Amino acid sequence: MSDSVTITIDGRNIEARPGQTILEAADAAGIYIPRLCSHPDLKPIGSCRVCTVVVDGRPQAACVKPVMDGMVVQNSTPELLQHRRNIVDMMFVEGNHFCMFCEKSGNCELQAMAYRFGITAPQYPFQFPEKEVDASHPDILLDHNRCIMCARCVRASQELDGKNVFQSIGRGFARKIGVNGERALGDTDMAATDKAADICPVGCIVRKRVGFEKPIGQRLYDTRPIGSDIEEVRA
Amino acid sequence: MSKPRVATTSLAGCFGCHMSLLDIDDRILQLIDLVEFDRSPVDDIKHISQRCAIGLVEGGCCNEENVHVLEEFRANCDVLISFGDCATMGGIPAMRNNIPLEECIDEAYRSGPTVYNPQGIVPDDPEIPLLLDKVYPAHEVVKIDYCLPGCPPSADTLWAALTALLSGQPIELPYELLKYD
Repeated sequence: MSDSVTITIDGRNIEARPGQTILEAADAAGIYIPRLCSHPDLKPIGSCRVCTVVVDGRPQAACVKPVMDGMVVQNSTPELLQHRRNIVDMMFVEGNHFCMFCEKSGNCELQAMAYRFGITAPQYPFQFPEKEVDASHPDILLDHNRCIMCARCVRASQELDGKNVFQSIGRGFARKIGVNGERALGDTDMAATDKAADICPVGCIVRKRVGFEKPIGQRLYDTRPIGSDIEEVRA
Repeated sequence: MSKPRVATTSLAGCFGCHMSLLDIDDRILQLIDLVEFDRSPVDDIKHISQRCAIGLVEGGCCNEENVHVLEEFRANCDVLISFGDCATMGGIPAMRNNIPLEECIDEAYRSGPTVYNPQGIVPDDPEIPLLLDKVYPAHEVVKIDYCLPGCPPSADTLWAALTALLSGQPIELPYELLKYD
């Protein structure tokens, strides 16, 4: 069996290793496929669907779809860009995202995705749902208003920390991140040293007392769009 | 040819976006060469006097007066721009949106920790605009042509948008000028 397969992404031939996902192969080739729930240290679950690409005519989540020889992948079609924009718009209106006072602002992947897509305002009506803030843990804040249900914290706690602090609970619009404790995060075995404390793409799980450390202009996405680091591989 | 007219207003906002407009510094001299200000807090004209090329709306709608002003702007401006996070997304005033209105009023006028109001009177003078059930971003009330987010949008963002429009170009912000904070 060959140790290399060839796929095309937007007409460009890419060498990939069998077993790689489309997303991993694209990253290695310097092609950025936008994603939110995917994280290089975690098993992919294809939950947010921002990484949707069209594979041989069918939409697929690039983070979970393995490469196969001869695959034809479309990444940057107007339809896919619109589809991704729609998802990001929905995340903005389904939560309460107040960027102006959020300590994650400037380092937030959801916000950075909206910047990259050039979103000036969501196209859907704001829902302003009622959500809770869990400040019970001495070192970590859990603000459900900002959650996008990517489940990175769930996976990081299990896969990286060997714990089981977070779980998705509920269904549909009522779905949320629950904690494995008597009442709140402070009752769990979550520690400030946990990988799960730093894995949140948005400001839902943040460390206390370190917010606004970096001034505006020096934050992660102030001047460089998200994905620039991946695209530079190609340059 | 007469100069294009610009109207501006602050609805449910904090005037910070207007401060940011003033923050274009000496470019304001170029701006007043380029445009004539119609209704605006800058000149205190109370109603739009004639057709305007550009309307700038800061803040969303939290009461019926905001809606009336916004409708006046939409009816009289060729291009209507909402600027700032309050106008584009609801912003800080929209933090009341998941609290029932009665609870908000109770906290503000009856039971807040710094309130002295032994008779429990809630202002209800007919002169006072009625509150809406929620705070709405401008584009959920009337059609908005361009949104310029930011808290506030930087002076450079506003300058880039205005100069683009005044030279007949669509607003296309470079990456650094599109920010939500």
